[in-house]
Amino acid sequence: MNARIASEPGPAKNRTTVERTSDREVVVTRTVNGPARLLFEAFTRAELFRRWWAPRSMGMTLLSCELDARVGGRYRLVFDAVPEPVAFFGTYVEVKPYSRLAWTNEEGGEGGPVTTVTFEEKGGKTLVVVHESHPSKEALDAAGTGAAEAMRETFDQLDELLVALGESSGQ
Amino acid sequence: MVQYKSTRLDASFAALADATRRGVLEQLGRADASITDLAGKFRMTLTGMKKHVGVLEQAGLVTTKKIGRVRTCRLGPRRLEEETAWLERHRRRWDARFDELDKVVEELTRKEKSDERKNRK
Repeated sequence: MNARIASEPGPAKNRTTVERTSDREVVVTRTVNGPARLLFEAFTRAELFRRWWAPRSMGMTLLSCELDARVGGRYRLVFDAVPEPVAFFGTYVEVKPYSRLAWTNEEGGEGGPVTTVTFEEKGGKTLVVVHESHPSKEALDAAGTGAAEAMRETFDQLDELLVALGESSGQ
Repeated sequence: MVQYKSTRLDASFAALADATRRGVLEQLGRADASITDLAGKFRMTLTGMKKHVGVLEQAGLVTTKKIGRVRTCRLGPRRLEEETAWLERHRRRWDARFDELDKVVEELTRKEKSDERKNRK
């Protein structure tokens, strides 16, 4: 399996690509106008990170954000949710200034996914590669389907309709 | 790929907009059926049912296979649809994030440049 999706190339906007490189792995890439050093800061300094990690269109509000970007350091993000706030947390396992970051995602218990981010600078631009490695195919399939963001997606209407059709036919 | 994908989804929505075609999908959810079976169940001509099945087939919702003289229909590769939707959701989330990240990095770059100018003075 090597399904891949890319956004429409635009004159002003860089492309975001998402690729499932295996049953358990997904790779996201994007080129950002700016040096790797600033990208690294935007990923590791809480006051910068919180400005972009949870964009409004995601439908989730970030209540708090603590990052201790050192090997063995912890991070904790708390999102507003019903019936109660939800926390995402984990530990930094690799921190190489300006080139590489990796952290665990422990909110789901031990053995959760590991996120690795690399920054490759070229001609004033930086290629950001986000690699998520999940413990199993099922875990990856379930990732990123939080109810809040899922409901607003047009494609989900199709999914829901198909599910409803499946149910009504007794599948 | 993007073109292909959106065309495909458009086709899916169009295919599902018709009550008979939704009925055919329900029917195929219970069991595979030949076009003749379906035409009989929906009280349609063979030609009419072939057209409906053709639309569903193009949208990837149904696949057909000819065995001998009978064309059998079954539910299509929904797995692919699900995967496309999954990837698209994931991509949108990251795309929105990176759009905001662009702004942050742009601001940092501007700030650094203006600091440099100040330092030179």
